[in-house]
Amino acid sequence: MHFQKRHIGLLLYILFLLLPIYWLFNMSIKTNTEILGAMTLFPDNPTLANYATILTDPAWYSGYINSMIYVGINVIISLVVALPAAYAFSRFNFTGDKHLFFWLLTNRMAPPAVFLLPFFQLYSSVGLFDTHIAVALAHCLFNVPLAVWILEGFMSGIPKEIDETAYIDGYSFPRFFATIFIPLIRSGIGVTAFFCFMFSWVELLLARTLTSVDAKPIVATMTRTVSASGLDWGVLAAAGVLTIVPGALVIWFVRNYIAKGFAMGRV
Amino acid sequence: MNKITNNKAWFLVLPVFFIVAISAIIPLMTVVNYSVQDIFDPQTRFFVGTEWFEQVLGDSRLHDALIRQIIYTLSVLFIEIPLGIAVALTLPRKGWGVSASMVLLALPLLIPWNVVGTIWQIFGRADIGLGGYVINLLGIDYNYSQNPMDAWVTVLVMDVWHWTSLIVLLCYAGLRSIPDAYYQAAKIDGASRWAVFRFIQLPKMQSVLVIGVLLRFMDSFMIYTEPFVLTGGGPGNATTFLSQFLTRMAVGQFDLGPAAAFSLVYFLIILLVCWVFYTVVMNAGKREEQ
Repeated sequence: MHFQKRHIGLLLYILFLLLPIYWLFNMSIKTNTEILGAMTLFPDNPTLANYATILTDPAWYSGYINSMIYVGINVIISLVVALPAAYAFSRFNFTGDKHLFFWLLTNRMAPPAVFLLPFFQLYSSVGLFDTHIAVALAHCLFNVPLAVWILEGFMSGIPKEIDETAYIDGYSFPRFFATIFIPLIRSGIGVTAFFCFMFSWVELLLARTLTSVDAKPIVATMTRTVSASGLDWGVLAAAGVLTIVPGALVIWFVRNYIAKGFAMGRV
Repeated sequence: MNKITNNKAWFLVLPVFFIVAISAIIPLMTVVNYSVQDIFDPQTRFFVGTEWFEQVLGDSRLHDALIRQIIYTLSVLFIEIPLGIAVALTLPRKGWGVSASMVLLALPLLIPWNVVGTIWQIFGRADIGLGGYVINLLGIDYNYSQNPMDAWVTVLVMDVWHWTSLIVLLCYAGLRSIPDAYYQAAKIDGASRWAVFRFIQLPKMQSVLVIGVLLRFMDSFMIYTEPFVLTGGGPGNATTFLSQFLTRMAVGQFDLGPAAAFSLVYFLIILLVCWVFYTVVMNAGKREEQ
């Protein structure tokens, strides 16, 4: 990479992105007295006490475990149901296919605030309130359509001749799908899982409404602590930093496919 | 690609249909149900027809929230789309810089939305936040929790910070699909930098930009969590957008009928704008191809 003038703009932009995150990190390794005292770019006495508070208090760390569980369930459900459907959309014409596709996308457009109360009543009435599965299912509302959309884009890039050859060679559909087709769209599946993870991980409104104690996600723990116990800035900042870490890790794994993934596989 | 007509494909789609139907149709029916009834308790309910719709559509507080929302969404689009394109053009095409910029750019997208709010809540404060501190140091009186204008600008900057990367990544995907031969041909023809952008790069980015504009329109029109954490919709109502207004009506005041009626109107506005935009752009694309 040769350094050019245009890279200055890029560096400035990335600086703009990183500065607030750095500030959060900076606060998370300060004591509260230092945070409220003088303005310092680097902590005088770096401390891990704030992280220790979170990692030893079940009220805090159970939030991370709950979030991980429902995000995991959601990613699995979304992929399992979206894979065959995306194949159908990319390979066949069938009655009502266009309308069905648009209807699926409209669910991505629905404001979660609209579904807040009905969801609460629906899951309460079937006894799923405050369970991981309830949040995972609720997040399917926007993740399943998204998964179908992205996977369809990736699958349309695979030539149809591959399917036909496999059928001529005597493969049944399930065997072809599992042993030939899925390995071919590995990267697409990785990117889709990434997106499902992302949108389930960052969502707060539904996750907070559908849980109270047993499945309370970390994002809800954070907002409730802010309102309840005054403001322990250091611990709040440390909790924030810890919510960024899983995201940063998954980005690293899909970094080479990320641009294509954001374009829904359609480039 | 020519597709085979085969209605058995419905079997492959059924799981998706059921799972989305459970989480979409049943709640939507509940909303429709509420929107035409006055409910005191589960046994006592009256059919009120379009009364809630009339009440909601005539509510001046809602008009204010809608106008705020439209101004906000337009500002978001006008800033993020050009900025996103500009940043995408500066990205390196090969080498270690590509992976590094991808990871750094995508970082804000993976941060839970309330943490985004928290980050800016801290960053913008004059006493403990670097941003607020520096702005006040420059002699500008800035306080997002007191001054409506400051609050509005902070929410906007936060959105730019949070979501411009999405546009950058989309455009970058479009740019990367341009073969080097195009650039060489342009160089031989002596095309200007602007001509390269207008006739080579922009057309290649068109389809991804449609996705980008649609996603940014939908999501900024439904924004809730970030302003909720940052300003709580205040000061006054300066940053109360539609979702915030709706949640306050449904959960805060428990006005289920009007809230449901408003939900439907809200959803229809988003659907309509997306559909019109999508159709117009797609038709324009077809005409250009012919």
